Amino acid sequence: MDKFTKLTGAACPINQANLNTDQILPARYLKWTRAMGIGNVLFQDLRFDAEGRERPDFPINRPAWRCATIVVSARNFGCGSSREAAVYALYDYGIRCVIAPSYGDIFSGNAIQNGLLTAIVSDEEAAEIMAKLEQAPEFPLTVDLEEQTILCGNRTYIFTIDPVRRMRLLNGWDDIALTESYRERIAEFKAGDRKARPWAIANAEP
Amino acid sequence: MNEPHTLIDKLWGAHEIVRREDGQSLLWVDRHYVHEGSFHAFGKLAERGVPVAEPGLTFGVADHYVPTRGSRRNIANPELARMVGQVEENTARHGVKLFGLDDPRQGIVHVVGPEQGLTLPGLLIVCGDSHTSTHGALGAYAFGIGASEVAHVLMTQTIWQKKPPRMRITVNGRAAPGVAAKDIALAIIAHIGADGATRHAIEFAGPAIQALSVEGRLTLCNMSIEAGARCGMVAPDDATFAFLKGRPYAPRGAAFDEAVEVWSALSTDDGAAFDQEVTLDANSIAPIVTWGTSPEDALPIDASVPDPAREPDATRASYLRGALDYMGIAPGQRLTDIAVDRVFIGSCTNSRIEDLRAAAAVLSGRTSKVPGLVSAGSSLIKAQAEQEGLDRVFLDAGLEWGESGCSMCVGINGDLVAAGERCASTTNRNFRGRQGTGARTHLMSPAMVAAAAVAGHLADVRPMLGGRKV
Ligand code: SF4
Repeated sequence: MDKFTKLTGAACPINQANLNTDQILPARYLKWTRAMGIGNVLFQDLRFDAEGRERPDFPINRPAWRCATIVVSARNFGCGSSREAAVYALYDYGIRCVIAPSYGDIFSGNAIQNGLLTAIVSDEEAAEIMAKLEQAPEFPLTVDLEEQTILCGNRTYIFTIDPVRRMRLLNGWDDIALTESYRERIAEFKAGDRKARPWAIANAEP
Repeated sequence: MNEPHTLIDKLWGAHEIVRREDGQSLLWVDRHYVHEGSFHAFGKLAERGVPVAEPGLTFGVADHYVPTRGSRRNIANPELARMVGQVEENTARHGVKLFGLDDPRQGIVHVVGPEQGLTLPGLLIVCGDSHTSTHGALGAYAFGIGASEVAHVLMTQTIWQKKPPRMRITVNGRAAPGVAAKDIALAIIAHIGADGATRHAIEFAGPAIQALSVEGRLTLCNMSIEAGARCGMVAPDDATFAFLKGRPYAPRGAAFDEAVEVWSALSTDDGAAFDQEVTLDANSIAPIVTWGTSPEDALPIDASVPDPAREPDATRASYLRGALDYMGIAPGQRLTDIAVDRVFIGSCTNSRIEDLRAAAAVLSGRTSKVPGLVSAGSSLIKAQAEQEGLDRVFLDAGLEWGESGCSMCVGINGDLVAAGERCASTTNRNFRGRQGTGARTHLMSPAMVAAAAVAGHLADVRPMLGGRKV
């Protein structure tokens, strides 16, 4: 997994609460592998109309935000379906950080697994950053994970993130390696558990 | 005296292998369900060249991509055939039991697990699907995970989690006839919001919850993810044990009785503390439908949709305009004036036998003004419904009687709602494009979908009951 430390880049405001993973990546692309170009169909139905024409009013279609590496949005970003491919779509499009007041739980977990930072600010701060970006679309944001800050023009916002997730992103750690180091504890647990909860094992093929 | 514990604490504690200083816990997984969508995770195993750690605790189903209309033996669409073939190959390669298309027990993962007795009280259950919360209805700790986590569970049978804050939602009183578990679920989401329970584990409690059948509890816990919750659960009781007795994979004979003894202790102790408490009164819940593009956009059927012009908050007003525009509904329109184009009865939310009976009770002797599809949650439920003659009721009403699978809930098997079409649906998500690009979804209970079918518009089922039992 790629590390995340500090990022300066164009930031695309999408002022919609409850922007769910069906909007981030419509279900019909779930059979795609990443190699098929999932990043190209990010926000597909929000970006294009039924005839396949670009909707000019959807923020990421605006020239200043086309190459955004940051998305700023409203509460409950990434709610809904657990599809990790929604994170692949954002990441493969080039997005490395989302800034929002809250996230769907499974989404933010998936994000960390893939090196995508989900920074948390208050509702007011998110609205303020989005308003500033609307006024000055070209203006880049700088997100610093070490300091937990977002630099927007002359103002610095502090964001929150779970400390464990922060460490994982900063170091690019992956779970499997960590779990390996607990191999013996797992085996012990399993042996004890089999005796304590014999009913928890599924019957053999009935 | 021991310190009082919540059900959530008890289930968590029983699975915690390690708790690190940073607050991360490594949890043991009792059941892992996989489906066609798990191909990313199996791919990660292949990359590392490692096996599934506990194939005996892993179970597969084919549900998301299976055709629910037409032939299932020869899947005409090569992409669907590939998706179904992939889960067959991946499970076979790793010695994982699959309820595949040729298995009479095939069905939607969240229906099959409880039906087969794989889902039991006290278990920790994960699946790469957000509606895994469903299984909490039997007193399990069950939650959805992403593909990387699925790969981790396949490789280690464990998962890293941080203990979630605990929320108790108590529903007092008694639901009136015509008010179903789905209405309670939608009332809760409307009350606390689509992110009202974010990060939380929910325990549903109170007389109105205890009065629900196991099927109703499954519907309720299924929808807890739509309030943002990690998982939802109901303490197991006699109804739970009666539901499980004799299920194929559940313990049998003396082992079952011993298990019941252990399971009976799985409840929240008096005086145990929750991080949040929410209370509702079932007496005040009417049949509910959604009007917008988030499950929190839910109102009693006798209400009118909001008018953005009357909304003082600019962001909210802009959301309302967008949602009404997408849904093709005029501001302030009465819900019962909204005509529907089709209906769908199915999905892991509402496709169990009780759901089909409720819809059939309303449809019996009546015709549907619009086309629609009924898809049982499992092939066994389909067979049972046919034995009870429910299929005849649906067919006589003019609806289609399909095979079992996720079907029109998400439409990735090709059963789509057309762009601009309005569907009264027993599913769980009214997101933009969920049932097909441009499709408009109204969520409601099976009886309410049946009422909409008969009326041709969103309608209150209660005047249609006249002694019929739903
Ligand atoms: S029925 Fe719908 S919500 Fe349930 S698992 Fe299938 S696609 Fe997901």
